[in-house]
Amino acid sequence: MDVWSSLMDGFATALTPMNFLYAVIGVLLGTAVGVLPGLGPAMTVALLLPVTYALEPTSAFIMFAGIYYGGMYGGSTTSILLNTPGESSSVVTAIEGNKMAKAGRAAQALATAAIGSFVAGTIGTALLAVFAPIVVEFAVSLGAPSYFAIMVLALLAVTAVLGSSRLRGFASLGLGLAIGLVGIDSVTGQRRLTFGQPLLADGLDIVVVAVAIFAVGEALWVAAHLRRNPLHVIPVGRPWMGRKDWGRSWKPWLRGTAFGFPFGALPAGGAEIPTFLSYVTEKRLSKHPEEFGKGAIEGVAGPEAANNAAAAGTLTPLLALGLPTNATAAVMLAAFTTYGIQPGPQLFSSQGPLVWALIASLFIGNLLLLLINLPLAPLWAKLLQLPRPYLYAGILFFATLGAYSVNLQAFDLVVLLVLGALGFMMRRFGLPVLPLILGVILGPRIEGQLRKTLQLSAGDPAGLFSEPIAIVVYIIVALILVWPFVLKLIRRNRPQAAGAPSAPAAPSGSSAPSGSSAPAELPGRQEPAARTETTVHAPGSGHEDRTVRSDKKETP
Amino acid sequence: MSSLPTGLKGRAELGVALLLGAAGVLVFLDASRLSVPYSQSDPVGPKTVPFIVAGLLVVCAILLAVNVMRGGKGEAEGGEDIELGHPADWKTVLPLAGAFVLNILLIDWAGWVISGTVLFWGSVLALGSRHYIRDGLLSVALSLLTFYGFYLGLGIALPAGLLEGIL
Repeated sequence: MDVWSSLMDGFATALTPMNFLYAVIGVLLGTAVGVLPGLGPAMTVALLLPVTYALEPTSAFIMFAGIYYGGMYGGSTTSILLNTPGESSSVVTAIEGNKMAKAGRAAQALATAAIGSFVAGTIGTALLAVFAPIVVEFAVSLGAPSYFAIMVLALLAVTAVLGSSRLRGFASLGLGLAIGLVGIDSVTGQRRLTFGQPLLADGLDIVVVAVAIFAVGEALWVAAHLRRNPLHVIPVGRPWMGRKDWGRSWKPWLRGTAFGFPFGALPAGGAEIPTFLSYVTEKRLSKHPEEFGKGAIEGVAGPEAANNAAAAGTLTPLLALGLPTNATAAVMLAAFTTYGIQPGPQLFSSQGPLVWALIASLFIGNLLLLLINLPLAPLWAKLLQLPRPYLYAGILFFATLGAYSVNLQAFDLVVLLVLGALGFMMRRFGLPVLPLILGVILGPRIEGQLRKTLQLSAGDPAGLFSEPIAIVVYIIVALILVWPFVLKLIRRNRPQAAGAPSAPAAPSGSSAPSGSSAPAELPGRQEPAARTETTVHAPGSGHEDRTVRSDKKETP
Repeated sequence: MSSLPTGLKGRAELGVALLLGAAGVLVFLDASRLSVPYSQSDPVGPKTVPFIVAGLLVVCAILLAVNVMRGGKGEAEGGEDIELGHPADWKTVLPLAGAFVLNILLIDWAGWVISGTVLFWGSVLALGSRHYIRDGLLSVALSLLTFYGFYLGLGIALPAGLLEGIL
């Protein structure tokens, strides 16, 4: 078993005392920052990137592994103890989790979330270890035309499928691609969009862009709408579960994992859809359906497992294809490139030890999360009470420090402020952040692949379709783009079928926190989510949304 | 998490369309002045992608403008500490941005310890804390700590500025 021996080598690297220490630091930092309101895992990685520049790549990535899972886990604590979720992937957890906490079962909710995350994370990481090499084997045979097609798919899918308004998604994507253009054109050496400013010639540092959009934009946005009356944090002791809770949790954990991993691995998967699907499934299968909406443990166990399994799934295309599918993966890709490492099929052969150490430390990070977080839960709950002025001033302070320390140029801080203002505007007008970040990171790569493709075909556009995989991917792209129009057509022919009954559940619950926007909007978090639905917007009609009912599935 | 009061807001979003359009035109103008050396090795050239991006931006700008005129609007983003019931609180945001600008102006000349203190102190006060002395001490401590932390721990020398020789 090649995978097995490589993985064991990875463990050997990851378990050296120094690297283990970095894993512990990563898990602690990741959870702490993930618990803090307003800070998601993407921002955590972006803020901590400069700090890791002094480390060697292996140690840095071991730390990132801890931060990644820690950040995912931290979000669930927040959503259970404070009824408002930080990441869109925790929206579903908040529904039942907070009800449980209010009913005095916070300890059990946190326990099932923690253990479920561990189970899902471990299975997910194992699947990653098995599947990534397979994907690599397949990917090695792909040429520039296929890569171009796959990257186009990733961009369009994230833009068109996630988020509530496709039009605003594409607007955000356009801005991201424009930002990605800044700098010297790699082929002809000409400067694009630099406006004669020599400091722009090298392009905008991705760390600065990410920190600006995630951290500065968020801090300014929160400052504009700071909650006047602070939220009530539910006090909690050490998490634990009784026999009955275990009995009700283990199946949802496994089913959640089964939903989460494949969705995470898809180009537009993300964690929102599987958490939502898991919730609906658990509700239907539960022996206690009457408890749903009042604090059913299955409703926490399933979605939390789905969330973490999706987090692991996301790493498959990132490592094997160099394709980020969510904001955190995008920032990690940026981190890879700053170390001169190109994720993609060659990564496993050229940087094998590093990749396997990373995967091994994902296993370790998962276990550490469980061991550290069960006893520390009361402490994390205290973090939620940090006075908000300090929290957001701190975010600005460390954002500045992080962006400045990359190049030690005050000019970067100007960029930080300008893009921070852009991030503010995007939050204000509902432009999703994820397409912008992916546009900045993937834009230059897509252009590179496009030019390579046409170089190979000597300028003949038919070269774009010269590989079968590319053709398949273009068909999927076409389907994604055409689908809403088909849906519209179907609706128009059967107006009474979907029009009237969904009217009261207009998309009022805005649930698009940092990172990515939620496709699954749950009608009013306080209400029992009896009618769960996904809203799909067509381009050019952010207002009249058509609503896809998914409760149809509940009545077989 | 209800939608913001309508009225003023519906039209403000046209500014976004304007910005998108302006960005599109900018990208187009910038790309059109690039020279395209004919070369067998690069049939796509440096202009193609910028033109596509410019087109995307302009099309989005137009569609967004139409969408807004028809009454469509983007949903403001929610979050743990966000209350969308009231309009944007510029009395908090502007001083906050001010503290940030002050930091940019001061950082190279006065050094990180001073500019960082100004940034944190200013931000905390802008965000509504009223413990002037405690916040000030905290700001100084935080700046000093990060200065030495970065220097000793990471080998990154943040500018000492006016305090050169003292630190």
